[in-house]
Amino acid sequence: MRNPTATRMLFEMSEPGRGTVVFPESDIPRVTGIPELGAEHLATGLLPLPELAEPDVVRHFVNLSTLNMSVDTHFYPLGSCTMKYNPKRHERLARLPQAAASHPYQQESQIQGLLSVLYELQGMLAEISGLPAVSLHPAAGAQGELTALLTAAAWFRHRGEQRTRVLFPASAHGTNPASAALAGFECVQLSGGRDGFVDLSELRSQLDDRVAVFMVTNPNTLGLFEKDIATIAGMLHEAGGLVYIDGANMNAILGRTRPGDFGGDMMHYNVHKTFTGPHGAGGPGAGPIAVRDFLAPFLPAPVVTFDVARNWYSLTSPEYSIGRMRSFFGNVGILLRGYCYIRTVGGRGLREAADCAVLNANYLLSQVRDFLEVPHGNRCMHEFVASAKRLKEQTGVTAMDIAKRLLDYGFHAPTVYFPLVVEEALMMEPTETESLATLDAFAAALREICSEPAELVKGAPHTTAVCRPDDVTAARKPILCWSGQC
Amino acid sequence: MAYLFDTPEQRQRMLKAIGAGSVDELFEQIPRELQLGRELSLEGGVSELELEQDLQRRLGQAGGGGVCFLGGGVYDHFIPAVVDELTSRGEFYTAYTPYQAEASQGTLQAFYEYQTLISQLSGMDVSNASLYEGGTAVSEAVFMAMRINGRDGRVVVAGSLHPEYRQVLRTYFSRLGTEIVEVPASGGVVSVELCRAALTTDTTALVLQQPNFFGCLEDIAGLTAAAHAAGALAILAFDPLSPGLLKRPGDYGVDIAVAEGQPLGTPLQFGGPLLGIFTCRSEYVRKMPGRLVGRTVDRRGRECFVLNLQAREQHIRRDKATSNICTNQGLLALRTTVFLSVVGPRGLCQMAKLSHEKAQYAAACLTRLPGVVLKYDRSFFREFVLETPLPATEVLTALAARGFNVGPELSRFGDSLGEGLGRCFLVALTEKRTRAEIDALAAALGEVLSG
Repeated sequence: MRNPTATRMLFEMSEPGRGTVVFPESDIPRVTGIPELGAEHLATGLLPLPELAEPDVVRHFVNLSTLNMSVDTHFYPLGSCTMKYNPKRHERLARLPQAAASHPYQQESQIQGLLSVLYELQGMLAEISGLPAVSLHPAAGAQGELTALLTAAAWFRHRGEQRTRVLFPASAHGTNPASAALAGFECVQLSGGRDGFVDLSELRSQLDDRVAVFMVTNPNTLGLFEKDIATIAGMLHEAGGLVYIDGANMNAILGRTRPGDFGGDMMHYNVHKTFTGPHGAGGPGAGPIAVRDFLAPFLPAPVVTFDVARNWYSLTSPEYSIGRMRSFFGNVGILLRGYCYIRTVGGRGLREAADCAVLNANYLLSQVRDFLEVPHGNRCMHEFVASAKRLKEQTGVTAMDIAKRLLDYGFHAPTVYFPLVVEEALMMEPTETESLATLDAFAAALREICSEPAELVKGAPHTTAVCRPDDVTAARKPILCWSGQC
Repeated sequence: MAYLFDTPEQRQRMLKAIGAGSVDELFEQIPRELQLGRELSLEGGVSELELEQDLQRRLGQAGGGGVCFLGGGVYDHFIPAVVDELTSRGEFYTAYTPYQAEASQGTLQAFYEYQTLISQLSGMDVSNASLYEGGTAVSEAVFMAMRINGRDGRVVVAGSLHPEYRQVLRTYFSRLGTEIVEVPASGGVVSVELCRAALTTDTTALVLQQPNFFGCLEDIAGLTAAAHAAGALAILAFDPLSPGLLKRPGDYGVDIAVAEGQPLGTPLQFGGPLLGIFTCRSEYVRKMPGRLVGRTVDRRGRECFVLNLQAREQHIRRDKATSNICTNQGLLALRTTVFLSVVGPRGLCQMAKLSHEKAQYAAACLTRLPGVVLKYDRSFFREFVLETPLPATEVLTALAARGFNVGPELSRFGDSLGEGLGRCFLVALTEKRTRAEIDALAAALGEVLSG
């Protein structure tokens, strides 16, 4: 039961003079002859941080945590985010002190074991993607996109080509155009066919020697496998361009098909989605990329290489490397979790995960389509997009209203209003780690909500601590910081 | 497989409801010729116990069994037990981005508190809810400066900025035609005059670090004034422990301050995941990258929190977004929130003072050895550059063999820190190091140098 006293702002709980963590007294003598800090650099007073007692801090955060929904507590079908159960074993393994206490500038001789694990992971990700060269460097999927685009740009430059455009379908994640723009490309959005797939004639009309990369999510954000992907890749390659596969939906195709086999030249993984990792209220992720061999010399530095003759692992820079995308090696803590997951389940288990994710999504689709429109067919991969358009026309109840009302039933909401190509979109991704009983209960709740009085649904959620925060005022007059005195 | 539920009977029931004969049929959407048609060649079925034993065996000892005097951006600091205890609560640990405010008030309030704590720590008006790490935070700051002053011709960077941060900047801007001008450091710091000379009318920003990569303290007030006089912004990368003892970025009047947040509650993890701290003056808030949590009220007037100003972000603004960042470092921001809550201003001050005093003591002990000198005769905070008569790589290898992890050597970064630094390396201290460890390091270095 929530204790409202404990969820006051930290700053309101502060009492001057209180403190929790006390460090040992200094055990070293004062020295002379070493330059001292000058008054121009020294702080003049105590920082205005709150002063709290540990029991208060514990109660505060434990009580705050109860205001969240999470995978550990609720079904969380947030489409595109693959909110599957993350096995606890990998959390402990990644926290082994040998990994957690490794400094990135340790001697190479001290990290041979860690490098061997990372090297093995590079090989695993190559096998899963069908793309032979892997960089574990990017910090998250979006950075993987940017990294791959810069890698492609370096390859084009090396060949003496000046290609300036990146194409992507309207159903793309926002990160695709954002990454392309950040990499200095002109963004060209394709509207796509009514069936939700890339429109080949539209794509053809845009292909010329200005096009560097076509970015496509496959399965796409409607949960459909781009059936013409091989043709699309052929068209791009014919025009001298490259195909980037946004790997956000890899969970659907693990062991069934591989981006490298269906024509992709580059892709990123989202380790915390496809494999495992704490979603952590928004991160951290890790966004390794896999590319074709001709792009390998342009990958960012460092990569792990193995010298068989010396039996030695090293961190090296590829010949024409684009350079660094971040400090240090990569998000090793997350990569290790992915590694442990892959070793635990193996090739067969990965495919089984995809099979169950697709089975669960199709089952859920079969249970909702008689009361909620699903504009793009009766079959899907790991997720599908329903639309509340008809309901909205009939009763005024929107996708957002349904999302909020689901919270009252004890379910996290699906992703709403994405992809942009579906009106009143509700994007549902059950993942493989949910039981039939959960899916049935969720479908029943959705059915119930669709027949509830509009007023009730529009007033939802009724059971959460707050209801429909006013984000318009929040944006007009942003309050981003507690402004009182501690 | 271990994490699946459904029995074969249940699967049949589901397939029947779907109207499919088999799971294979569901994959018929994938053209047959594109299907893999074999199992992935990845061994599996390793039990939790076997995997733990295998990793224990392969990874060897923590830190190679050595005492950590390594610096260069991330440090071996103490993390109170309560940080792991609270942040591993499943409700925080396994939630995602707080898009649905009503189902995420715990996360949202914690991030609002994080933003406030970081503002208090840095003396800056506004903090976002995290970026990836220090290096990308610098690049994002430069992009933001361009959006603010509309200048994109040039950015001037101190040669005393972390060399990896400079490399990231070069990669991020490799296609954008912006000239990146590095002002070389001399004597461990950059000169105000040289920076002033490099600042042109199309320079968007001057990028600085305090304490800088060498551990030395720059004249940030003078450098900031030079940037402002040229109409450029001042961007400062700071050590988030330093405000425990030193002036804060806000005290110098810089426009954007960023940091690698690792020292405040994040384990080293071989350099990731880390925490990108990003702050600025309030007038620039709408140009910021990354997520921001704001306070508001709900329908019934109850105070609550939301993701604010989302119109800056990629999921709304797409190619016009202020950054491509989506997944950020939420869990690390939460760790830092808990860390600062329990350490408080006095604890942080103690940590900073202990680190500084131990660094001074270590410098005094080590420079007593013949031929060993401080490379730069300047005040430093918690790390310093040592020069010995032998090549640094040799010295550090020999020290590691004796159980002391020290460095990095400056030559690791090519000549990006200057020439003739082959005998120089960093030594970093934290509150964790003891007098006995420092004395033992000095003895070991003595042995190494006397061959």
